[in-house]
Amino acid sequence: MIVGEQKPIEEIKKMVAPYKKLLILGCGTCVKTCFAGGEDETAALASALRMAFRTEGVSIEIDEQTVERQCENEFIQEAAKKIGENDAVLSLACGAGVQAMARRFPKEPVYPGLNTTFIGVQESHGVFTEECSGCGNCELGNFGGICPVTRCSKKLLNGPCGGSQKGICEVDANTECAWQLIIDRLKTLGQLNNLRTYIPPKNWKTSNSGGPRKLVREDHII
Amino acid sequence: MTTQAISNLHSVLSSGTFAVTGECGPPRGADMNVLNKKGELLRGWVDAVNVTDNQTAIVRMSSIAASKHLLDMGLEPVMQMVCRDRNRIAIQSDILGAYSLGIRNILCLSGDHQSFGSQPDAMNVFDIDSMNLIRTVKDMRDEGKDMSGFDLKEAPKMFIGAAANPFADPFEYRVLRLAKKIDAGVDFIQTQCIYNMERFREWIRLAREEGLTEKAYIMGGVTPIKTVGMAKYMKNKVAGMDIPDEIINRVAGVPKEKQTEEGLKICQETIEELKEMDGVHGVHVMAIEWEEKVADIVKGAGLRK
Repeated sequence: MIVGEQKPIEEIKKMVAPYKKLLILGCGTCVKTCFAGGEDETAALASALRMAFRTEGVSIEIDEQTVERQCENEFIQEAAKKIGENDAVLSLACGAGVQAMARRFPKEPVYPGLNTTFIGVQESHGVFTEECSGCGNCELGNFGGICPVTRCSKKLLNGPCGGSQKGICEVDANTECAWQLIIDRLKTLGQLNNLRTYIPPKNWKTSNSGGPRKLVREDHII
Repeated sequence: MTTQAISNLHSVLSSGTFAVTGECGPPRGADMNVLNKKGELLRGWVDAVNVTDNQTAIVRMSSIAASKHLLDMGLEPVMQMVCRDRNRIAIQSDILGAYSLGIRNILCLSGDHQSFGSQPDAMNVFDIDSMNLIRTVKDMRDEGKDMSGFDLKEAPKMFIGAAANPFADPFEYRVLRLAKKIDAGVDFIQTQCIYNMERFREWIRLAREEGLTEKAYIMGGVTPIKTVGMAKYMKNKVAGMDIPDEIINRVAGVPKEKQTEEGLKICQETIEELKEMDGVHGVHVMAIEWEEKVADIVKGAGLRK
């Protein structure tokens, strides 16, 4: 999923302060799963903002709604009525959702309520880890299903570096060394010999180094 | 291993003489006199001087420029190059530039992560890794081609080095990684500082068994301990460093004013053991900001008179 984290309330207040009527728009898929932008978080943020502005004597009307996904037009459409009734939208979607809203409603100001952090998994309840960089050229097959591009701090394809100690990355005591994980996993799979092979420089053309990416599926174009 | 001597370090190593390299960290400023001073302290005691490349991710004078200053003093540099700060385009360009300035040794490194440095907000590059860098320098030298396959007008012929850390984990993978670096094109290896001699002996034994010590020159790394505080700091704070308690206790066991002497003694003993060790071809003395001790260490270990 795409993992996000709510921005500090002070930063949100600054963004929305110029408006009298604000819609907080939640997103019911990824960011709901990571407790950042679903119905519950939308309601909680709306209450917190109302209270914060009231304490300061600022009058602002705050409305709320959550759609299934802000990255798909058919769901965005459900919010059209409320968007029309308000001066601005605070989107609790990921960066893609915020931009899809801005594209769909070119005259409405849209602000991000979240910081989009990464593509990841919920490792245990409330703990999310980054797993994928969306490099556009998946090489997980070489590495026992553990991504060194994302999970090694130095993106080493021929790792580990000299800073791997007791399975921990030198950069952060709370980060596992991806290369220790790769080696352990390949050992379990009986594929440790994979690592004898030299991995040539990565082709980054498919990543965002090649510029903004677009995927065209001719078979789905109507 | 390439046959014709490319550099002084190469000819010393290929003659079978136990080689000595030192280290010189460029200044955090543009004053080349700092380099002159450090260079003078090393002159005559080492066969080549490693010039670090923004080590620990702290901005310093570039390794290419500092290497050129040493060259002008008549010292031979080993230019270190990390993959942290440059993409493949800049790396190849810098290799061509360095060669044109007369630099003949390169040490290929991934580089310390920028989070250790003074500017942790920086974006890192790591377009290629150290293994890819080794192969790149080798292809430029032996095939005369850059990474695009373009025939270079004049190929940069570098003596290619890399680092190895026998003390990092997973241990069983360390020799395999050395083998990969050698396959990628390394001529010489400088190791992380050796304090855990038992582990180093085991590593070099495995390397010998794999025939790796015949394929590349291995130089053991040493750093003299100044004080017990420094040893503890390195043990706990410096990534990839393995200092056994017995070493720390030995330094702690002498009066404070004798700790430096004891640290130097340990360093000399380590070198003496390395000198006799099958498969070790030299020593890399990293006396960090303590270049004035290199002469004593080298003399004390009976390497040079």
